[in-house]
Amino acid sequence: MDGQTLSLVLFSGTDDKLNAAAVLTAGAAAMGRKVNVFLQYWALDAFRSDRITKDHGVAPEAGSEGAAILARHGGQHWSDTFRQAKSIGEVAIHACSLSMEVLGLSMEDLDPLVDDQEGVASFFMNVDGPVTFI
Amino acid sequence: MTTANVTRSIDARGMPCPGPLMSLIGAIREGRVGDVIEVLSSDAGSRTDIPAWIQKAGHDLVEIVDEDGFARFVVRKAR
Repeated sequence: MDGQTLSLVLFSGTDDKLNAAAVLTAGAAAMGRKVNVFLQYWALDAFRSDRITKDHGVAPEAGSEGAAILARHGGQHWSDTFRQAKSIGEVAIHACSLSMEVLGLSMEDLDPLVDDQEGVASFFMNVDGPVTFI
Repeated sequence: MTTANVTRSIDARGMPCPGPLMSLIGAIREGRVGDVIEVLSSDAGSRTDIPAWIQKAGHDLVEIVDEDGFARFVVRKAR
């Protein structure tokens, strides 16, 4: 592994933002960077195993026109892109323990892409540079 | 025409970024040193991403051939 760790905090649970995060993760993993992902609130909710591939909508700025463009583009689901990223590199995906509590979730409710749950201080143990918030 | 003997060909046309690169990485991992892997990609990002990854990962970019609406990337697994 070389270069700084890509540290991503994912808050938004819409498919466009999660797809953008998955693409960044895959690119960083391909280029040999460690990736450290922290899932909060609606991003965490989107990783529930019973609904990970369901429609999570798009960000409000997409508008109806943008939503239609994204629907037409299709492409690989973001969960598959995260899975690929994990298969080629060192990618850890952590659930925020506070968000787990707020949403009433336990690890069994989450897709196996999520490695564990941890507190925010533990997340920062593995941060060695900037944190990107999506 | 590609001069090297292609061991494996991957048709990643229509896959958006970073799909073609991910497919190439998978094929390189499964292959043996000396294998020549060809990826067909219509994704514009591949044009920069595939050479960048090859350089980083230490493989050989044999050639990039422009075709109608896509490009053919020929890569030799070097290690």
